Amino acid sequence: MPCSVHARALTFRYSDGRLALDAVDLHVGHGERVAVLGPNGAGKTTLMLHLNGLLRGQGGLEVAGLDVGPGTLRSLRARVGLVFQDPDDQLFMPTVAEDVAFGPLNLGLAPEAVRGRVSGALRAVGMEEVVERAPHTLSLGQRRRVAIATVLAMHPELLVLDEPSANLDPRARRELAGVLGELPGTMLLVTHDLPLAAQLCERAVVLDAGRVVADGPCRALLADDALLARHGLELPAGFDLALVPRHGAPQEVAA
Amino acid sequence: MSAGAHALAGVAGDPASRVHALDPRAKVVGLLGVTVVAVSAPLAAWPVWVLCALALVAVAAVARVPARVVWRRARIVLPLVLLVALLLPFTRSGGASHAVGPLHVSEEGLATLAAVAAKATIGTVSAVLLNATTPFPAVLRALEALRVPRLLVLIAAFTYRYLFVVAAEAGRLRAGLASRAYDPRHALHGGAVGRAVSVLFLRTHARAERVHQAMLARGFAGTMPRAEPLHAGAADVAFLAALGLLPAARVLFEVV
Repeated sequence: MPCSVHARALTFRYSDGRLALDAVDLHVGHGERVAVLGPNGAGKTTLMLHLNGLLRGQGGLEVAGLDVGPGTLRSLRARVGLVFQDPDDQLFMPTVAEDVAFGPLNLGLAPEAVRGRVSGALRAVGMEEVVERAPHTLSLGQRRRVAIATVLAMHPELLVLDEPSANLDPRARRELAGVLGELPGTMLLVTHDLPLAAQLCERAVVLDAGRVVADGPCRALLADDALLARHGLELPAGFDLALVPRHGAPQEVAA
Repeated sequence: MSAGAHALAGVAGDPASRVHALDPRAKVVGLLGVTVVAVSAPLAAWPVWVLCALALVAVAAVARVPARVVWRRARIVLPLVLLVALLLPFTRSGGASHAVGPLHVSEEGLATLAAVAAKATIGTVSAVLLNATTPFPAVLRALEALRVPRLLVLIAAFTYRYLFVVAAEAGRLRAGLASRAYDPRHALHGGAVGRAVSVLFLRTHARAERVHQAMLARGFAGTMPRAEPLHAGAADVAFLAALGLLPAARVLFEVV
């Protein structure tokens, strides 16, 4: 199976000396859905920023078939879609339509193709009706979905989402889970929302203090209370993993 | 406010009117033209100003922008302009002079005040009508199509987009201060406000970095991609031709 993410001893230190990634080894196969879990400050977002070359650490990193480096940034950013945690960071154009068109236009697509991409991406997240709205007039849940559309419009091979369910009310969260469950392709879900991870991902990786401390089937991992407790994670009180609806069939992952 | 109304923030009147439907470039050029004609007219060019005012009234009538809305928006800007002009009759000399208590009012100063008031009102109402008939993103596209330097358009676009975000953040900071019983009684109590402002600045700076990262992540390579071209039609030509009578009137006024 071709690898979508192939990190070998990836290490990154911020300029203030803080070690954010400490020899991370991570291999994500094509078509896999992997939850990246961990407490605050574990290095989850730092790892995500590496995946399309916004940060560059030491060690080997291959993403979507490309060695991450100065020469591959352009094609890399076309293949890897990052959805940032705060949609106000992601949506910077005056209207939703212009924002969703931003990525495809940067890819050099023709206007008709861009129009098709914009409507297709907004349809995929159920947000066609807000196409001419200004982002600040949308609710947080709507902005999250539009932010996902801005990335989907680029037809990425790998979709990376940073805390997509943060601060959403239960209905917006449920709708978002439905949207994400329908998306094809490889997905990395960086989150604290363990029920969402259980619902969407077959596999989970736990990151703590910049190291991968656990990697395995999502449900097995979430059922390990001791492991979760050691790394500052816990399921909501009274939560029953067995009752979580499952999107997609579980896949066997080679260690 | 309903979600639909909020979507067209700033737009007033009948969104389906002929003026609202015009190409934004025609409205930017036309209404800016009215302002330029009014402002550039010499002192006491009352016929020109009356024509400009009539043109604006016609635009407002076709667009069904109520006078009340125009007044409400104009009164935010006008007092600032007129405050300065109000001093003119007292500071200018020339013409006959009348004593008002200890002060002297010059006739020439009064004439200047009237001219400045007319110019300021026409300019402000033009801007209000542009804002009321054209969503701001369309104004930005028009400016870009009219070859205003892209950097300026970009700055305006980011300002428009993030003004609301920063204002919301400032509101939360203020609520944070107020909810902990912050109630400044004199200037020395203002320190907390200063710190809140610096927090706001730092947060905005951090956000700018994140926005830049998000732009890079979607393939931004230093230049903004071109949006789709705008299309002008017969109505736009007619609109500009009608407003084109104003500069003609202004030139005639000086010749005659």
